[in-house]
Amino acid sequence: MIDAMIYALPFLWDGFLITLAVSGIVVAASLALGLVFGVILAFGPVWIGLPIRVFADTVRAIPLIVLIFTVYYGLPALQVPLSPFWAAVAALAAFKTGHVIEIVRGAITSIHPGQMEAAKSIGLTFLERLVYVVFPQAVRCFLPPWINSVTDSVKGSALVSLVGVVDLMMAIQQVIGRTYQPMPLYILGAMIYIAVNAALSVASRRLEARFAATVAT
Amino acid sequence: MTAGRDAAPVLSVRGLIKRFGTTTVLDGVDLDVARGEVLVVIGASGSGKTTLLRCVNALVPYDAGSITLEGTEIGYTAPNSGVRRGDRALARLRADIGMVFQMFNLFPHLTARQNVALGLRVTRGMPRREAEARAEHWLARVGLADKMDNLPSALSGGQQQRVGIARAVAMEPKLLLLDEITSALDPELVGEVLDVVRGLARDGMTMLMVTHEMGFARDAGHRVVFMDAGRIAEEGPPREVLGHPRSERLRRFLRRIELRTE
Repeated sequence: MIDAMIYALPFLWDGFLITLAVSGIVVAASLALGLVFGVILAFGPVWIGLPIRVFADTVRAIPLIVLIFTVYYGLPALQVPLSPFWAAVAALAAFKTGHVIEIVRGAITSIHPGQMEAAKSIGLTFLERLVYVVFPQAVRCFLPPWINSVTDSVKGSALVSLVGVVDLMMAIQQVIGRTYQPMPLYILGAMIYIAVNAALSVASRRLEARFAATVAT
Repeated sequence: MTAGRDAAPVLSVRGLIKRFGTTTVLDGVDLDVARGEVLVVIGASGSGKTTLLRCVNALVPYDAGSITLEGTEIGYTAPNSGVRRGDRALARLRADIGMVFQMFNLFPHLTARQNVALGLRVTRGMPRREAEARAEHWLARVGLADKMDNLPSALSGGQQQRVGIARAVAMEPKLLLLDEITSALDPELVGEVLDVVRGLARDGMTMLMVTHEMGFARDAGHRVVFMDAGRIAEEGPPREVLGHPRSERLRRFLRRIELRTE
């Protein structure tokens, strides 16, 4: 069994890098987009908040696999040429953005409105109020659910194998196709996913502790 | 203290009307605050006192009228234009109006020193060292020289409110708004906060203050305004307004307040 695992490892390396790339791009893109749209949802007028609300609720209500196939088959039909890799990444990022929007909005609205007023009263502009007053406090509410969503992204990235992207999952299946030994390979795959997410959990607990220390309740 | 004030008022409010839905909260308020004047606003809850202060600091929009700080229209580009000023212009105007809040509203993630220094650094563009020196000066002024590094959560209510005052005054505002700043405090902590305000008044700070502390209004206020149903019902020197109320409304209000504070 150990032999089978050691044999497989070199063949999994490229797939592992693809899994990390998919996860990294999805996490970064969804964080950037979710922050912007979450802030707009929290502070903006209703007419611009409503479409954001509809988007966030829709992508979160659709099974991820349906979303991936919709983008994979749908966009080329609309004359938008996308490689399987970018189609899958776009679908995952849209899905995650929906979650991040909701997390950002929740974290921001947990801050007492008096904080915004006090920040106004010392002459801070909107962006300065966000950077110096709202975000440093909201980050405590933001971090725990967001880290959850990051580990979800890593796990969810396995779905890109369904549209033919050779990620860690797909690489595992390719090796199984040659060796006909599924168990060692799936156990190895599980161990790799666990290692990545365990590293993320440790990092997140450090982060949470740091922010909890700087902001007393 | 009343002598030697500038003829032109620092703050001038004309025909201010503010509605929440169908309720008219401010129903045509006219008010001037002279330089160095301590104007005390009293009135029952719901009479529009706090809303008046929030309009003056452009925290809420209003429906009609004009508010000017040293001649500059606040909140809107022109009186009754309905065109709200942009974010940056509002921020610049607010920087010249200090505000102290009933619930303190200190920034919980910043120490006392950082609370006071934030506006100096970001809004006034001071280097950190200079901003913190100024913050320390004002914290010492309000008697908190030994609490500079405390987070608000490690301060008593009275200490928090004194940081709130230091944060507002350090910006060297042209006008200081005080919104029931002692209402959330334990009775034995009220004195230390009011003493700080007295000191500021002696130094000539122009103040518009909403309070239920009638003793303070009497001996520290230059003028008292009694608000009732969104209008100014009575105004004049404290001794006159509080000692010889003309309307039944004010007599009833003062009786209720006296009963509460005795």
